[in-house]
Amino acid sequence: MRSEAVPEHEAAASYGTPTDEVGAFLSRRREQIAQRWADEPLFRTVFTVSRDEAVEACRSVVDALAQVADSGRVEDSDSAGFTVVREQLARMTAARSRSGMSTAQVSGEVDALRAPVVNLLVADLPDAPPEHLRECATTLTVLMGTLRLVVMETALTEVQALIDRQQMQLLEVATPVIRLWDGVVAVPLIGTLDSARSQVVMETLLQAVVDQQARYAILDITGVPTVDSLVAQHLMKTVAAVRLMGAECVVSGIRPAIAQTIVHLGLDLGTVVTRAGLADALAYALHGLGADIVHATPGGAGQR
Amino acid sequence: MSGTAAGVEARLPIGSDLDLVWVRQHVRQAAAALGFGLVEQTKLVTAASELARNTLVYGGGGEVETVRVSDGRTQGLRLTFTDHGPGIADLEQALSDGYTSGDGLGMGLGGARRLVHEFAIDSTPGAGTTVTVTSWVARPPRQREES
Amino acid sequence: MNDDFSRTGAAPVPVLRLGDILLVTLQGDLHDGTAEQLQQDIVEAIARSRVTGVVIDISGVEIVDSFLGRVLAEIGANARLLAAQTVVAGMRPAVAITMVELGLTLPGLRTALSTEAALELLGRPDAAAPRAPRQEPR
Repeated sequence: MRSEAVPEHEAAASYGTPTDEVGAFLSRRREQIAQRWADEPLFRTVFTVSRDEAVEACRSVVDALAQVADSGRVEDSDSAGFTVVREQLARMTAARSRSGMSTAQVSGEVDALRAPVVNLLVADLPDAPPEHLRECATTLTVLMGTLRLVVMETALTEVQALIDRQQMQLLEVATPVIRLWDGVVAVPLIGTLDSARSQVVMETLLQAVVDQQARYAILDITGVPTVDSLVAQHLMKTVAAVRLMGAECVVSGIRPAIAQTIVHLGLDLGTVVTRAGLADALAYALHGLGADIVHATPGGAGQR
Repeated sequence: MSGTAAGVEARLPIGSDLDLVWVRQHVRQAAAALGFGLVEQTKLVTAASELARNTLVYGGGGEVETVRVSDGRTQGLRLTFTDHGPGIADLEQALSDGYTSGDGLGMGLGGARRLVHEFAIDSTPGAGTTVTVTSWVARPPRQREES
Repeated sequence: MNDDFSRTGAAPVPVLRLGDILLVTLQGDLHDGTAEQLQQDIVEAIARSRVTGVVIDISGVEIVDSFLGRVLAEIGANARLLAAQTVVAGMRPAVAITMVELGLTLPGLRTALSTEAALELLGRPDAAAPRAPRQEPR
């Protein structure tokens, strides 16, 4: 363990407020704290390239804590001092979770940083009155607790970002567009429609209309269990947008229960073309395209 | 309004219909740079166009300030339109569809509100109007780069 | 074919005549003044040449706000008074979604996927007609 000589006069005499004292201590003992923390699992296992790398990371955290203490807001996890280390903390927690640690375990590792620094503080103020020492130790403990909170916040943010990403991917795979005929595209919807999914459905269908130059777009909701007023509104918006683009939208597969809900909610689907099933919707579209389906007559030429 | 400001992008004057074009182009570039999808870009640019025109036509001109914002999870763009015109006496009415005191389809304020994620308006009759809107990048942010 | 550029004043949007149809191609970001000028040009062109249809190709337009929406609606209404039908063609998906959200559904206008589809809709299956010359607005 390296140690550095500290001029005697700095550690004695006049005492500031506990936050000032803690801030001054963190700046003064920056190097020693960093050296001790670098051996703690949280830093040692994340910064594996060299010890210097770990020490450097520790220094940034100590600097951040010193800045927060100087600002006098040791209990505030939004304190500006934390801003610069947030990204580093996020990387560290991400690395720990990748190696299989639970959030609680990471929290424990952050907590393990507290004892070395508090011990150092006590050792650093040997002549201070016990009352003052206790206040400083409490302040430092609160500050370390805030650091732990910041780490937890960043960890949760990372988890949330992951969920967001996965949700987005799920939305994309759950919305296939099928080309049913030349100029007819369909989206069969399965599962619950929420606002975000309805948005993706609308965008996907509209893009398909352009790509395929489709004059008919069919939204089949056979696999949708319920339709509330918000979903109905989205359906109507989709129909309106398809019309603006110069195509026609047909909604098929409105099951009796959903039809009743729509009537019950007092929703007016008046302007929307609806058909019982996907086949009926396709027949409607083909008719519109001038291609009717007829039964093949025995001996006659097969017709589409 | 949520989120913290991450820096003023630009401050543009709104004094002519040429300025409206500049505002639209600037907002589109800023939104694209932040990673907005095409639909979200289009919504924000359209909202900006409505609000800038309000600033020009009803406020007698003013300016727009664009600011990048972050809420820790995602980034956004905040636009603040300010004029020192006559102000709006009845905000409730001004925000309802179909209301217009000039020419237009009366979609200005109410329509712009539906195109953005956050909307705030502050108006003092005789002193002017400030409209602040924010939209967030819906797509999750890209993987952070190791520094 | 009769190329009839009606370019009164500073209007940078050419109005092209194809037989009894007027073809207008909007591109990029229009100034309010340009849009209003266009509205006037189209109405004058209909009255002068007695066309029966107007096709406005907006596939090159990135946004339609309430102002441009009003201009399109008024062109449609004016044309109807002069016994001509108006078709708006080629609206982009993002523009359509935004307009619906804004509450602009252009109920009085007909729409088509493309200029070709619009010409077909107006009873001229003349899909091979040349497109309007592209011109950047000033």
